[in-house]
Parts: sequence; C-alpha cells; structure tokens
Amino acid sequence: MTASSTSLSAPVARPSRRGTGTRTRPVADTARSSLRARDRSGYLFVAPFAVATGLFLLWPTVYGLWMSFTDQSLTATESSFIGIDNYVEAFSDPQVWTTLWHTVWFTVLSTVPLVVVALLMALLVHTGLPGQWVWRMSFFAPFLLTSAVVSSLASWLFQPEIGLLDVWLAKLGLGPVGWLTDENVAMFSIALVTVWWTVGFNFLLYLAALQGIPQQQYEAATIDGAGGWRRLFSITLPQMKTITGVIVVLQLLASLKVFDQIYLLTAGGPNGSTRPILEYVYDMGFTNYRLGYASAISYVFFALILVFTLVRLLPTKKEA
Amino acid sequence: MAVSESVSTMVAARRSTAQQTRAENRTLTKLTIGPSPWVRAGALAALVVVAALWLLPLAWGAVTSFKHEAEAALPASWWPSQGWTLDAYRQVLGNSELLGWMWNSLVVAVLVTALTVLISAMAAFAFSQTLFKGRSLLQFLTVASIMMPGQILIVPLFKQMQALGLVDTFAGIVLPQVVAPVMVFILKRFFDAIPAELLDAARIDGAGTWRLFWTIVLPLSRSILVAVAIFVFIGAWNNFLWPFIVTTDPQFMTLPVGLSTVKNAYGVQYAQNMASAMIAALPLLVVFMLFQRRIVQGVATTGMGGQ
Repeated sequence: MTASSTSLSAPVARPSRRGTGTRTRPVADTARSSLRARDRSGYLFVAPFAVATGLFLLWPTVYGLWMSFTDQSLTATESSFIGIDNYVEAFSDPQVWTTLWHTVWFTVLSTVPLVVVALLMALLVHTGLPGQWVWRMSFFAPFLLTSAVVSSLASWLFQPEIGLLDVWLAKLGLGPVGWLTDENVAMFSIALVTVWWTVGFNFLLYLAALQGIPQQQYEAATIDGAGGWRRLFSITLPQMKTITGVIVVLQLLASLKVFDQIYLLTAGGPNGSTRPILEYVYDMGFTNYRLGYASAISYVFFALILVFTLVRLLPTKKEA
Repeated sequence: MAVSESVSTMVAARRSTAQQTRAENRTLTKLTIGPSPWVRAGALAALVVVAALWLLPLAWGAVTSFKHEAEAALPASWWPSQGWTLDAYRQVLGNSELLGWMWNSLVVAVLVTALTVLISAMAAFAFSQTLFKGRSLLQFLTVASIMMPGQILIVPLFKQMQALGLVDTFAGIVLPQVVAPVMVFILKRFFDAIPAELLDAARIDGAGTWRLFWTIVLPLSRSILVAVAIFVFIGAWNNFLWPFIVTTDPQFMTLPVGLSTVKNAYGVQYAQNMASAMIAALPLLVVFMLFQRRIVQGVATTGMGGQ
C-alpha cells in the first residue's frame, strides 16, 4: 500500500480502560488467539454479505450462463434449451468481432495517455510548488462528474461550427472537424473525453506513490551532486515501476468495460463505428429483446476479461 | 472554558500544520527539481497550462449556462453582449424533474453507501477476527468474485429484477450495488492489524462479538471506513449503467439517467443543457472542496483495490 497518510495507517493499540497494557506488545498474529478460535458467531456476521453476494452476483452469473444456452426473450416468460446455438451464432456474427475490436481499440487509445498524463501531472504536483490545493482540484474534479454531465459538456464543446473547439480551429484557419460525426475521428474524440474525465484518479494513485519515496534518497543524491533531471530518472521514475504496473492493469480492466460515454456521446455511431461490445450486448438484449443471445455475447466478453485477469495474476504469484 | 480552550488549541494546531506543510513543500521543491528559478518557473507554467486545460470544459459550461438561450448558440464568446442571466436555471428547475432526480440520487447513494459499508465491515470482521465453518471457502469466493465485472450481469440481473417485481423501485436500483467484495478485502486487511490482545481483553471482560465489533473494531477503523464510504458514495452517485437498465419510469430515475433522457428533449437548448449539467455537477464538487484531504487519501487507499 502506498498511501502516505498517517491517519489511514493501521490502528495502534491503545491501552484499554482497565490497563491490560496492550501497548507494549507488538501486533500479534491474530490467528494464534485461542479466544478467537472459540468465537464461532462469525457466520452471523458474514451472512448479510454472503446472502447479497449470492443473490446479486453468483446467482445472476449462473442464471446468465444458463440463459446463454436458451432462446430466452425479454418479453416471454418461457424459453427453451437450444444448446450452443447462441455461441455458434456469436462466433460467426461479424458485429461481435467488430464491436469487440472497437472495445479493444478504445482501450489502447485511452490507456496510454491515461497512464502517461497521470504520471506527468503527479510529477508536476509532487514538486511541492505553491497551489497544491488548486492543482489537485483541477486535475481530479472531472472524475467527480457523472457520465451524463461529462457527455453534455463534451458534446457542447464538440458541437459542429458553434462549439468552442471548432470556433478556435476556425480562428487558426482550420476545421471544422467532425469530432463525433466523422467515422475516422469519433473514437479519438471519445478517448480524449475519457482522458479528461478519469485521469485524475490515476493521478492521485501516482501522487500517493510519489509521496512514499523516502526524502533521504533525494538528500543523499543531492549531496552526491545529482541534478534535478538525474534525480528524476535515477530515483523517482525507477520507483514508479510497480505502481505503473498496477495502474496499467486497473486501467485496462476499466477501459474494456467502456459503455457510458460512448452510448451517451455517439450511441455507437457514426455508422456503428464506435459501438463497444457492451453496447452490442445492451442492444441485443434490450432493443432486440434477445436475452439468450445477449447473455452468450456477455460470456464471450467475460471469458476475454477472465483470461486477461488470470494472465496478470501469474507473475504476482511468482514474486510472492 | 474547556470548549473555547480546545477550540483555540485546534486552531493553533491547524495553523501550525499549515505552516509545517508549507515548509515541507519548500523542502520537496528543493529536493525534486532543485533551486533553479528557471526550472521552477517552467514547472509552474506547465501546471498552470494543464490546470487551465482541465478546467476549461467546466468553465465553458458554466459561462454558457449563464447566457441567454439566443446568445448561447452564437459563436463562442466568453462575455455575453446581452449580459448574464439565470433564465436557464429558472427554466431547468421549473420545468424538469431535475430536483426529483437529484433527491433520488441522494437516497440511492446514501442507502448504497450505508448498506455496503455495514455488510462489508461485518463480513470483513468475520473473516478477520472469528472462526467458523466454511470461512476459507467463503473468503476464496469473495476474492474470486472481485474478478467478476458487474457490467456483464446486466441481462440476467434485469430478468431477475423483473421476476422479483423490483424494476422501477429503489430496492431494485440499490440492492445489486451493495455487493462490493473489493471493499471487504480492503477492510479485512485493515482489521487484521488490530492487535488480538485488545480483542481478547474485551472478550475476557465479557464483551459479546457484536459489542466487540461495534465498540472496538469500528471506532478504531474510522479512517478506513470513511475512505470506503466516500469511494462507494461517489460510485453510487455517478453510476449510470445499472440505474439506466432498471428504471424506465422518470419518477424513479437517478440524476445521471434522468439527465441523459432530458438531453434529447431539450434539443438545441444549450444554456439549459449546461445549466442542468452544472446543477448535477455541483453537489460532488462541493463535497470534494470540503473534504479534499480525506477524499485524496481515500482514493489512494481504496483505489487500488487492495493491491
């Protein structure tokens, strides 16, 4: 954990009212407590969470898998088992591959700047220059907006001719650009909006990591005559490797699930050129009423995410 | 007396922390980019430019929202020639269901936060400080379910909500959102660090498990609980996909969902669009300004999902 704050560190034992002197002993291995072993009421404490998880996570997972083998429709109550027909159809459905590609393309387009820009922002703020509060607020504020507000603001900026971006480009004698209407541009515009919207989160993760670097290292390097750039490349950046790995993985997983901003900005258009796979699932299920087929596509997508997650777990295990 | 004394101590403490922070920042500047005024000016200029770029969309939205509708659609000017007006806000607040949606969002976000924090903390406590049959299995399932992306469950979940009669109800919006295995994991790691002696001493004194949880574990963990709560609240307030799927009746829509339906209805009413965006953005921005430090810490602690 890279949090630098002291108030969020693990609680320190305070001497209890009756003075059992717990302060003198270090944190004990809780597993060895014999009294805990006798405390068997745990299942009551875990019950609400277990029930909620069972009902709203595990059951839909199983139910969805079952549904993917049926011809379930949104309106009908009855459905019949059709084996792997949905999967056969999904693998030969060009729209599945196209929308899957859009999702992957968006993930690539958004992840790189979302990591690089976040790191640059954090490095700039970590210089300790005055105005810390303002910088944090400006970079993180968009993250607090809901997707509907983000797309309202963005579609106003992207408005053809009268939007701020086209107006500015016109002053330079350029444009107009079909920000959301040109098939070759729309996905870049959406990635741009996404970077603006969510980079603040990665920025804060990087900032916390930077604050975790011991100052003595900088002091020692300064004494040894290392300049600012040298300190950046020899001390700061090498220590950002681990956190960068974590942020990249979290970002990839987040970007793969893109739906909101695309649905609200272009509804998958122009001409289906930005439609992500989650929107295809939504369209199949809730516009075409084909829940069985929509479930099958969900599971194809889930398999992709799962493979990705498991691959990423492998090196972690080796390290441990 | 005691109160005023403690207040003045607090004020003094806060002032000295501010001074300390400033001194720390100066040291940091020296250590990271060195004493050169040119490098400092360059870094500061870069910060100003990036911050201005990042605030631009919000600032432009705000300016537009205070314009007359007729002027809003004219090519961009930062200073309207017809003067500023609250017309767009009056229209939006008067005609639409915006305030109702905001209330729905508040109810949903508060319920989701309270329920999530409570059941996650209870489960984390059970995993961390008690033994019961099937504990390891449940713990394994919890960690495994972190990998489950909720987005792919929209189809079966909707069918399930239909069967339960929970479509277009608050329960239908809230309940699927309270399952947060990541939070259980984060809280468990925190509870693990509570010294066993402390709990054993309380047990010897005859405290039941519930008392142990309620009077020792929770108060000791206030900071992490606040961090988790903030995180869950922001997520629930802004959540779009699930509320969008499970509500069709405008009466039960949350702010993000309602807003997305209104956008089409207004068409080219740019000032009104921006006014509703500003109203929707305001609550969390104010919350952030008030609790910046806590939120920044909270994101750092919970954001990585306990990695």
